[in-house]
Amino acid sequence: MRGMLALVLGLFAVVSLAEDLIHEYKLENGLKLIVKEDHRAPIMVSQVWYKVGSSYEHDGITGVSHVLEHMMFKGTKAVPSGEFSQIIAENGGSENAFTSQDYTAYFQTMEKSRLPVSFELEADRMRNLTIPDEEFLKEVQVVMEERRMRTEDNPQSLTYEQFNATAYASSPYRLPVIGWMDDLENLQVGDLRDWYQKWYAPNNATLVVVGDVDPEDVYAQAKKYFGPLKPSEISPAKPRLEIAQRGRKEIKVEAPAKLPYLMMGYKTPVVLTAEQSWEPYALEVLAGILDGGDGARLASELVRGKAVAASAGAGYDGHDRMDSLFLLSGTPSNGHTVKDLEKALTEQVQRLRESSAEAEELDRVKAQLRADKVYEQDSIFYQAMQIGILETVGLSWKDAERYLERIEAVTAEQVRAVANKYLVPDRLTVAELVPQPIDTDQPPRTAGAAHVH
Amino acid sequence: MVRCSHLFLIVIVLIWSTAARALPEIQSWTTKKGAKVLFVEAHELPMVDIRLVFDAGSARDGKQSGVASLSNALLGQGAAGLSADEIAQGFEQKGAKLGNGSERDMAWLSLRSLTDSKLLQPSLELFGKVLAEPDFPKADFKREQQRMLIGLEYQKQKPKSIGSKAFYHDLYGDHPYSSDPSGTTGTVKALSAKDLRDFYRQYYVARNAMVVIVGDLSRKQAQLVAADLADALPEGDKAPALPDVAELDAGKADYIEHPSSQSHVLMGAPGIRRGDPDYFQLYVGNHILGGSGLVSRISKEIREKRGLSYSAYSYFVPMRREGPYLLGFQTRNDQRDEALSVLRDTVQTFIDKGPAEKELESAKNNIIGGFPLKVSSNGKIAEYLAVIGFYDLPLDYLARFTGNIQAVTVEQIQDAYKRRVHPDRMVTITVGGPVEPDDSGS
Repeated sequence: MRGMLALVLGLFAVVSLAEDLIHEYKLENGLKLIVKEDHRAPIMVSQVWYKVGSSYEHDGITGVSHVLEHMMFKGTKAVPSGEFSQIIAENGGSENAFTSQDYTAYFQTMEKSRLPVSFELEADRMRNLTIPDEEFLKEVQVVMEERRMRTEDNPQSLTYEQFNATAYASSPYRLPVIGWMDDLENLQVGDLRDWYQKWYAPNNATLVVVGDVDPEDVYAQAKKYFGPLKPSEISPAKPRLEIAQRGRKEIKVEAPAKLPYLMMGYKTPVVLTAEQSWEPYALEVLAGILDGGDGARLASELVRGKAVAASAGAGYDGHDRMDSLFLLSGTPSNGHTVKDLEKALTEQVQRLRESSAEAEELDRVKAQLRADKVYEQDSIFYQAMQIGILETVGLSWKDAERYLERIEAVTAEQVRAVANKYLVPDRLTVAELVPQPIDTDQPPRTAGAAHVH
Repeated sequence: MVRCSHLFLIVIVLIWSTAARALPEIQSWTTKKGAKVLFVEAHELPMVDIRLVFDAGSARDGKQSGVASLSNALLGQGAAGLSADEIAQGFEQKGAKLGNGSERDMAWLSLRSLTDSKLLQPSLELFGKVLAEPDFPKADFKREQQRMLIGLEYQKQKPKSIGSKAFYHDLYGDHPYSSDPSGTTGTVKALSAKDLRDFYRQYYVARNAMVVIVGDLSRKQAQLVAADLADALPEGDKAPALPDVAELDAGKADYIEHPSSQSHVLMGAPGIRRGDPDYFQLYVGNHILGGSGLVSRISKEIREKRGLSYSAYSYFVPMRREGPYLLGFQTRNDQRDEALSVLRDTVQTFIDKGPAEKELESAKNNIIGGFPLKVSSNGKIAEYLAVIGFYDLPLDYLARFTGNIQAVTVEQIQDAYKRRVHPDRMVTITVGGPVEPDDSGS
C-alpha cells in the first residue's frame, strides 16, 4: 500500500484508452464490471475495487480499512485461512491487495484461463468473510510491524504523516492510511466486522479485468460467480469538506535521521471539485513544468543551476476523491539549509505566478504525456489500475479517454492562473524534518559466540 | 490441482499449452566491433526499449569504491559539448526516456522511445552521444559527487541499508563483491573526474558491451541501431574474470545499534552463480522455503503463525560469481531473538527433511503456471534479455525454463541444500534498538 509520491507522479502520466477495446457492464446486484482487451500476452489481471479507504474512517478506528484488507486473506467458511493465497499460487497467479485514502483493491494476475479461479474466490470473500478472533489478534500485530517498518523507523514517512495531519483540519485526508499506532493497539475484532458489513458488497465495488480475454465471456463468468451475491444498503460517506485555511501552517518534526527534509503543500481542488473544469489539468501541467523529468525546472535550476537541492520534486494528483494538496518536497544540498531550499521553491512558485511558461516548456510536458500514453500500455496492471481508480473515486474510465485532450488544451495563461489562485501562502503547509543524532559511525559489535575477524 | 474445498473442485482443466505462445523469439548477432546483440521483435505497440549493458559494475571498482556508480551517473550530465539540460530536454521534447544504473556486476544505459522516426531518430542520435562521447564536465562531476555523498547519508538513516552493507562486507571479505556500489564517504570524496574518465575508457567498450533491443523494429532496423550505438565505441577489451568467491569457514554474528523500533535481521552466505549446475534445484527449493511470499514456509512460520513480522523471506541473488543467499525479516526489537530462532529452525528442518512432494508440486504449479507473466511485456522481456546476454546463458534459456523446473525432484533439492546451504556457517547481521535486559536474551 501507499507508495504515495510514486502514485502521484504515476497518475500525472495520462491515459487514453481505445474506446472500442473497453466494455462496461452492470450486474443486477449493482456490481460494475469493466473489461479491457489486451491480447499481447496470454494473461489477464482481475481487480476488485471497493469504495472504502482511510478517508472513510474517523478518529479512534484509523487503519481499520487496511487491517480489513489484511483480514480478507484470513478465511471464509468455504476457504479457510491461508488457502486463498495457496489456491492462487497453485494456479500460477501472483496476487496482492492495497489500501489508500480512497479505495481498497485486491488483484490476481494469472494465465488467462484462470479467470474463474479468481472470480470464485473474490466473490466468496466479498460477502462471506469470517474474521476469526485469533487470526485478527495475530494479523493486527503484523500490521503494527508494517507500521514500524514503513513509518515509525522512516523519518521521511514520519514527516509526511505529521505534515498531512497538520495540513488538513477537518478533511479525513489527515488520517494515515495505516492508522495511528494507538488506534491499532485498541482496534477490536468487532470494529472490523462492522466495517466489513458496512462497505463490502457488490453495489459498492467495481470489478476490472484487463488482458487476453473475451469481454462477453468475462461478463458471463462475472454473472455466474458474483451474480448471486446480495447487495447491501450503503450509506454514502458524509462530505467532511476541509474548512478554509486561514494562513500558513508550519511544523517541525524531530526524528533520528542524517538528512533534513522539506515538504510544502498547497490546498488544491481535484477534477471532482474544481470550479473550472480545466483547473486540475492546468495544475498537472504546472507540476510537469516543475518536475516533468530531469530537464524540468526543479532539476535544471535547483539541483543543477543553483545546486541548492540534492533532490527536489513536485506532484499533483487530480484524481483524489476530495480536495487535495499540490506537493513540493526536497533535501537541501551540502552547504545549504532547509530554509534556503524553501526560499528557492517559493521563488519557483512566485515565478509561475508572475510570468507565463515558455511555449517550449509546455510542448515538452505535453510530448512526454503523449508518449507515456503509449508506454503505459506495456503494463496490463497499470491499465487496470487507471480504470479502477477513476471509477472508485466517482469519475469514469471515460475520463481517461478525454484526459489527454484536456491536457493538450491547457494554455500558459491557465497555468499562471491556477498558480495565482491556489499556490498562495494562505493555502500553504510547511513541514521540516529536523534530524536527531544517529550514531552509525561506530563499528559493528560482534555478538554471540561466533568467530571475529 | 486446485486442491482444498468442495467449492473449487470443478474449477478448471489444467492446460498450460498457451505458455508456448507467450515465448518471445530471441534473435542474436554480434556487431563488427564485438558487442553481442539480443533482439525481440514486438510490433503491438509503437515503441522500443534499447539497453546497453556493460561489465562495469562495482565489482570493477578496485580500491576506488563508488567509481563505477559515479561514472555511470555522469553519462547523461554532459556529452559531445551538450549540457545536462540540453541532453535531458532533448529526450523529453521527443517523449523519450533516458535511463541508467549500475549494480555489482552490470552497469547500463537505456532508452525508451516511440518508434515514429521523427521522434526516434533524434533520440537515437542523442543517446549515441551520451553513450560514446561523455564529457565528464568538472562542475557536473563535483555536483554529482556531492549528491552521492548525500545519498550515503540517506542510507545511514535506513536500518535496511545499514544491514545490507554489513552483510556483504562480512560475506565477501576481500572479494570485489564486498564493497557497496555506492562506495563510502572516504572513497567517494577521493574520486576525481579523471578517475571516472579512466574507468569509462576501460570498461565502456564494444567488447565489454551487450545490446538489448525489444520493440517495434524490423531485424534490419535493429541491426542498424545496434551497430550505430555499439560500434561508435572503441573495440577495447572484455573485463577480466572476477576472482572466485571463498566459502565462509565459520559463522559470524554482528549487531549494529540503531535508534529504531524494529530490528532488521539478515542471515546468509555466498549462494549461487548464473549458470550454476544447482541453479534450478536451489531456485525451486528456495521458492518453497522462503521465495513465494505468504505461502512460503518462512513467511508461514514467522508471519502467518506468529504475527512476528510484516515481511519474512529468503532469496538467492545469482551473479557472475556466487551471489548471496539472503534470509531475513524485521520485527519489534524485543522479538528479534524469537523470530531468529524460528528462522533458523525453519531452515534447518528444511535441510534435514527436505520439501514434501506436495509442496514441490505446488511450487512447480506456481512457477510454471506463472511463467507467461514473466514475459508479458516489452519491459520484462528486455530485463530477461539483459540477464541472458550478460551472463552468457543459452538463447533457449526461456524456452527450456519450464522443462528445467519440471525436472526438479525432492531428492535433488534436499541434496543441493545439504551440499550448498550451511546455517552454522552463515553471517547474521542485526540492526536495531537496544532491548531491556529482562525481555531479551541477546
